[in-house]
Parts: sequence; structure tokens; C-alpha cells
Amino acid sequence: MAEYRLKTPLTDEDIQMLQIGDQVLLTGTIYMARDAAHKRMVDLLESGQSLPVNLRGEVIFYAGPCPPKPGQIIGPVAPTTAYRMDPYAPAMYEYGVKGTIGKGPRREMVKEACKQYGAISFAAVGGLSTILSRRVTDVEVVAYEDLGPEAIRRLEVEDFPLLVAYDAHGQDLYEQEIAKYENYNKNANKGVGI
Amino acid sequence: MRIVHVDQIIETVAKLCWEACYYLPEDVLAGFRRAEKTEASPIGKTILQQLLENAEEAKVNHMPYCHDTGMAVVFVEVGQDVHITGGNFLDSIQEGVRTGYREGYLRKSVVGDPLIRVNTGDNTPAVVHTEIVPGDQIKFTVLPKGGGSENMSAMKFLLPGEGMQGVKNFVLQTIKEAGGKACPPVVVGVGIGGSFDKVTSLAKHAVLREIGVHHHEPHIAQLEKELLEEINNTGIGPQGLGGTSTALWVPIETYACHITALPVAVNIQCHAARKKTAVL
Repeated sequence: MAEYRLKTPLTDEDIQMLQIGDQVLLTGTIYMARDAAHKRMVDLLESGQSLPVNLRGEVIFYAGPCPPKPGQIIGPVAPTTAYRMDPYAPAMYEYGVKGTIGKGPRREMVKEACKQYGAISFAAVGGLSTILSRRVTDVEVVAYEDLGPEAIRRLEVEDFPLLVAYDAHGQDLYEQEIAKYENYNKNANKGVGI
Repeated sequence: MRIVHVDQIIETVAKLCWEACYYLPEDVLAGFRRAEKTEASPIGKTILQQLLENAEEAKVNHMPYCHDTGMAVVFVEVGQDVHITGGNFLDSIQEGVRTGYREGYLRKSVVGDPLIRVNTGDNTPAVVHTEIVPGDQIKFTVLPKGGGSENMSAMKFLLPGEGMQGVKNFVLQTIKEAGGKACPPVVVGVGIGGSFDKVTSLAKHAVLREIGVHHHEPHIAQLEKELLEEINNTGIGPQGLGGTSTALWVPIETYACHITALPVAVNIQCHAARKKTAVL
């Protein structure tokens, strides 16, 4: 489990190097899009049309922020549950997206797509919204403004903390880690909880 | 009889919305601290430390702890000796939510029609549960309910003979299916008994109970203890990234039910276990 500081756009070498459990501090441009924006984009891809924003080679952050208070760049923000984007993810990776950022485990189809297209599914901590918002240095709505918190936003981030959850080699961090702790306390013969 | 003007209701509900989102309750923070001490996974331990830091930053800067400031669920207990003046009672609660989400810079996460899905822009309508109780006061509790954990909640009618073990199996199955998607460490609100509608309401009310407080019936308190232990043995851990702190607490509420039935509902509450109460 290595630690890296990486810049976007991620190169194919970066992607091949990353293994599940690696910690990445990501700097550069990323794009925020979640449920409603994905539905629209995948509809466009399926009908052979181009996307409102060129996302080839980019990283998508599954999230929707709070409105900023006066003086803030962005309101609190952290990843939303990634599995809701699973039906769209293979099409987005095939199109050329190199990474996604979400929370929680994903389906086999995403694991397969990361391997097939050479891409990463990152995890960030869900609900770590106040802390993560301070890693955003700029934000601009670039498409689907009518979707409000679900609009596509371009973000500049600095040292945005990520974990590699699914790598380009078909590995799954959730599966690996949960197996280590199943019945951990029972086996250690001690009580749990509070 | 006591007179309460709707303007007081609007102001109270508005304040509860943003206070709930900014300041995580002390029982939840204490739950994080206990979990952080016992967590076996290094990743899990780090996450719990980060959640504590995040809560502190949110408090100090008066900002939402989590960006998903939820759909507002408002529980109201209206004293039967209260007379409300100046407007419509239910409208005033919605206006309170509208004001609170606007003035508190909270995210607007509600779509008006579940199929057409256009954001209402002001986080209304809220879900309102009203009860008439003795007395001349009004008690409001706002529970901003995030979508990720709510999505993982479930309800089932068991056969009466499945009993205690059947309930445990269903709760554990629901938690395992939810895994990291429900944003653990979670509070697992469980309802047992009642009818189709009542059992889900019991599970939702259970989430409001303070962490650390068991049910007054010894057999239910025992079930709460056993479920907490078994849930924390699933290995799911903080964020589903492995560990021994999957749940902070498993509050259970029960109600009488039909001779044919054993309904069970599980309402999962993510680590942003926000709740705030005020009395007018």
C-alpha cells in the first residue's frame, strides 16, 4: 500500500502502477458529475452524440456540493455512493474516462471495466465534506446547470485524498479488507461495541 | 389553552435544520471516539479519526458536517392544549424547512415528482410526522436524512414462528447487503411489529434514540446487544473498507401486531447521524 502524489490527467503509466490500497493525493482538474448527469451523458453516448464536456482522459468525482457561503469557493462536498453510477460506468470508461471517485463497493461490471479499459475506481471518505471542500481551489459549472447540485462542475483540487478501491489489474479493496475483519472479535474472543 | 403563532414555528424549524446539519450530536461523537479506540483496521481507525476532525471543523466553522443535508424528516408532537394562529400549521413547517435550507446554505436534494425528477430548489417538501399529545407545548425534532443510507433500508414480513432468530437474520442480511454503500459506521434503527406502515415508522423513530440507551424491555435490550456484536463481526467496518466498527448502535422499537404477522423494518442511518430537538 504505497503513497503517491499524482497530477491529472492520469497517464497510462500512473494507472498501471496503482494497486488497491494505495493512497493518492491528487492535484489538478477533475469533473464532478452524479446520477442525473450520468443518465444524460450515457444517453448521448448510446445515440452516438458527443458529450457537453470532453471527459476523455479525465477523472469524474461522483458528488454534488452544498452551496458556498459568502467567501467560500465551494460548499461542503464528499463522494456520493458509487454503485448508483455502476450501470453507466462501463460506458464512461469505454468512452475514455480514466478514473472515478466515489464511496462504497461497486459491482463486478465496474471491476471488469477498470481492467478492460485501463482505469481506476477511487474511494474517498463519504461524509468527510468539510475537510474535502478545503482541497478544492476552484469550481465552475460547465454543463447541465438546470440540475442544480447535480450539474457538471469542473474542479481544481490540491492534494485531494483518495484510496485505490478497484485497480486496472482486477483487484477489489473492499473484498480484500472485509475478509480480514470478518469475525475478528469473535476469533479474538473478546467483546465488541461499546 | 396556549397560543402559538406560525412565525414561531417557522423560526424554530428553520434553526433546527441548519443546527442539525452543522453540529453532530454528542452521543454520536462519543460513539466515534469509542469506535476509534477499539477499531482493529488501520484504514478504519484513520477514517474514524477523520470523521472526528470533520465534525470539529464543521462545528467551529458552522458548516454542514456532510454535504448530503438530506430530505428533512420532521417529527412534531403537538400538545392538545395548543392553539395555532396566523396560518396553516403544516405550511409553516414547510416554510421553516425552506428558510432553514436557504439561510443555512444546505444542499437542496429533493425532486418534486419521483419519476419526472426536477429539483424543487428549496428542499421542500419535508416528510412530516405529527402526533397529538397531552400538554400545551409543541416539540419539534428535525432529522436530515441522507439518501445513501436511506436507500439501503428494508422491510419484510416474517412468519411469526421465525421469532428472534428470524429478526436477527433479516437485520444482518440487510446490513451485509448495504455494506459500505450506507456510509458506516451506521446506526441501525429496527422496528418490530405493528402493520406495514407502522413498522417502518418504528424503525425511523428508533434512529432518534440516544446512542448508549437500550430498550426498557430486557429481551429487546438483549437483542440490541447481540445484534450490535454480530453486525460488528461482519467485517464491513468504516466506509465498508474493513474493520470492527460497522455499527455504533442498534436501537429497536416494538409494537403489538396481528396474530398472522411478524413485520420487521431496518432503517439505516449513516455516520452523519443528525437529529435536533426544540420545544415551543
